[in-house]
Amino acid sequence: MHIDDTDPAKVLAEEGLLRDLRSQMHRFASLQLGDPQLAEDAVQEALMGALKNARSFGGRAALKTWVFAILKNKIADTLRKRSRTVEANQLVGDGEESFDELFDERGYWHAAERPVHWADPESALHDKHFWRVFETCLDHLPGRQARVFMMREFIELESREICAAADITVSNLNVTLHRARLRLRECLENHWFLRGELSYGGSSR
Amino acid sequence: MNCRHATRLLSEAQERELSLSELASLKFHTAMCVGCRNFGRQIQTLRKISRAYTLGAGMEEPEKTEGRSGDGDS
Repeated sequence: MHIDDTDPAKVLAEEGLLRDLRSQMHRFASLQLGDPQLAEDAVQEALMGALKNARSFGGRAALKTWVFAILKNKIADTLRKRSRTVEANQLVGDGEESFDELFDERGYWHAAERPVHWADPESALHDKHFWRVFETCLDHLPGRQARVFMMREFIELESREICAAADITVSNLNVTLHRARLRLRECLENHWFLRGELSYGGSSR
Repeated sequence: MNCRHATRLLSEAQERELSLSELASLKFHTAMCVGCRNFGRQIQTLRKISRAYTLGAGMEEPEKTEGRSGDGDS
């Protein structure tokens, strides 16, 4: 290990690392803010904040966790401030998605779509391939669903904060989160958990 | 209660406390419906996954290269 991993200023000064970190942060922020410029501002501020409050770290992973925590706060601030200025139209709109492909006409799961048991989700968290699947699934959500889902689950805003920020009603929020969760879990199941079953459990028939 | 409605309530339970009558009908449904039971567990897992993601899990540690970085496998 040729650089001092415990000094954040030094770690952040390492060119490759900073570039990678920045691009991860930028991706994370633009997904949620839906605006590259706002995202860039948030990333800048978060990095400045990190450098200003430089203290010792137990290594790069800890530094990254900390920088992302700062970024999350910046994004939350931006989302709260932005309330009602943008995207009321974008947000209410993809209305009629009935999920007929998931549920039959009586509203029960189609047999093929019924959620299955997910084996060992904990270990997925340590698998970098899993995270690639997760990001791809997020990318496949309609934009408004993705943003509302991320406001709730990534930035951990409360319902009323999201409603204010996005200028939507609570019932609209609930519908949107329901849809996002239905889609995301289906995507993860099809592209991760079911594949695991298939490759590890030859005895299931 | 059907599965569309049950999953909707299970989803809302992540944002608010359900009423007693909502909980009762939900329990009644999930007692018989393995799909919705799994759905309920999965959206809690989704929350855990999301928290882990925002803590930087899954964002790959840059490789510790000697002085040069990121020139891929060209």
